[in-house]
Amino acid sequence: MNKNGPLALLFNGLVISFMLAPLVIVCLVAFTPGNTLTIPTTEFSLRWFVAVFNHSDFVTAFWNSLWLAIASASLSTAIAIPAGLAITRFQFKGRDALNGLFLSPLIVPHLVLGVALLRLFSLIGATGSFGWLVMAHTLIVTPFVLRLIVAASSGMDSHCEDAALSLGASRVTVFWRVTLPMILPGVTGGWLLAFINSFDEVTMSIFVTSPVTVTLPVRMYMYATESVDPLMAAVSALMVALTAGVMVILDRLYGLDKILVGEK
Amino acid sequence: MSQAKSNAPWLLSAPAIALFVALLLAPMLMTAVLSFNVFDYNTGIKNAYTLDHYIAVFTDDYYYEVFWRTFWIAAVTTGICLLVGAPEAYILSRMKTPWRSIFLLIVLAPLLVSVVVRAFGWSLLLGPRGIFNQISLALDLGNIKILYTEWAVIIALVHVMLPFMIIPIWTSLQKLDPGVENAALSLAATPFATLRRVIFPQVVPGILSGSLIVFGLSASAFAIPGLLGGRRLKMVATVVYDEYLHELNWPLGATLALILLAANLVVMLSYNKVLERKYQKSMGVA
Repeated sequence: MNKNGPLALLFNGLVISFMLAPLVIVCLVAFTPGNTLTIPTTEFSLRWFVAVFNHSDFVTAFWNSLWLAIASASLSTAIAIPAGLAITRFQFKGRDALNGLFLSPLIVPHLVLGVALLRLFSLIGATGSFGWLVMAHTLIVTPFVLRLIVAASSGMDSHCEDAALSLGASRVTVFWRVTLPMILPGVTGGWLLAFINSFDEVTMSIFVTSPVTVTLPVRMYMYATESVDPLMAAVSALMVALTAGVMVILDRLYGLDKILVGEK
Repeated sequence: MSQAKSNAPWLLSAPAIALFVALLLAPMLMTAVLSFNVFDYNTGIKNAYTLDHYIAVFTDDYYYEVFWRTFWIAAVTTGICLLVGAPEAYILSRMKTPWRSIFLLIVLAPLLVSVVVRAFGWSLLLGPRGIFNQISLALDLGNIKILYTEWAVIIALVHVMLPFMIIPIWTSLQKLDPGVENAALSLAATPFATLRRVIFPQVVPGILSGSLIVFGLSASAFAIPGLLGGRRLKMVATVVYDEYLHELNWPLGATLALILLAANLVVMLSYNKVLERKYQKSMGVA
């Protein structure tokens, strides 16, 4: 039927290599045995990976990022489930405004959010507090979770809930035994998407982290502006590997194209 | 019961509303106030109000240059993303499974990798030891300097933004009935005419929303110009960062950030208006 010509395939090949090039080069350079940023040709070495694990700044930043991402993804899921159900299950005045408010962190630049939160944190004395950092990340990842929960709960058959209610189940039982299991793929997909977005975030975090709460991307940004050696490549390769791992899980759970492209 | 019902959605979303009021609306308001605060390099932020920061930004050639650079870089990035993303989305939509989902994944997956990692990757590719300079040296063309120029920033921005352009165009292509394309072809339209008169008008909404997202994100990008622009090539986001963390002039930084936000909104809204009008006209003619 409608097939792509050779020119179209060549174009596709170029775009694909363009998209992969920076990630591939980072992973290759990470295996260099030398002290400079070169692609290893004859010898491969794991020395820079070892160096990452011995670099206490990166290790601390990694744990900060990991706990931060887990905490903010969980918190945002906890508040996005009831909010998402409110938006899909009820018709009420201000529904669209509420939905718009919850999705607005996608439109306001993270730079502006970072600046605004820095002002708030300095006024209430929360600079360097891990708890407030979790809240800040919860704010920016909530839209991702909310979108998937809204999609999942408007896609499910709400007659199941009605059936359970008419059979005498309480609203709480209906939520735990009927609604939640049915929207679970959306919830877990949203959690993972929130996790990876929090884990990767740099622009807002650079304003609101302190040396104690510094996250891995912020630490990497600082490192890259100060020095250039293969250590940075090794950390980056580990980040790529971690992302790939999360992607595989996401794909199994929910279908990666569905998450990235959105509901059709 | 009816009373409980009307309260239910608000009760359910109360935690989320509390978070968004406390960490989004209130801080934005505080920042707006901050941008009018008097600042003194010796004593810091004062409780008096002034328009000085806004006047400084609008009259100083330095800020004019930074804003101009930011917007032309964002515009060029949007243009390239459109020229690459639209055909790529179309080519992908014509592929067969499993190739279609494999290539779509490769195009979209970098979205999930931290922007710092991607910027670092581009600094390796575009640097003096990078592949482009190696090719140029091998061809005896001499050293080419890309890193720390506008083009390094643009190339990396295109890499980061391309998925945001492809996703909405892909989504509108999915809604397209392949029968319509075949109908045009069977009625003796050339492939190019089919593309221009049948397919293009239907993906305009996707192109529009993709361009808006790409422009907005590019204009406020921080890590890419920070890592690939070097010390001299400043964009608005990196200047804001400097004002906040090096100069410690928060009111001026807040002013710059808010002007960026406002300028972004104005550009997006007017672009939207223009395209909408054009789009309506072309539909009216058809």
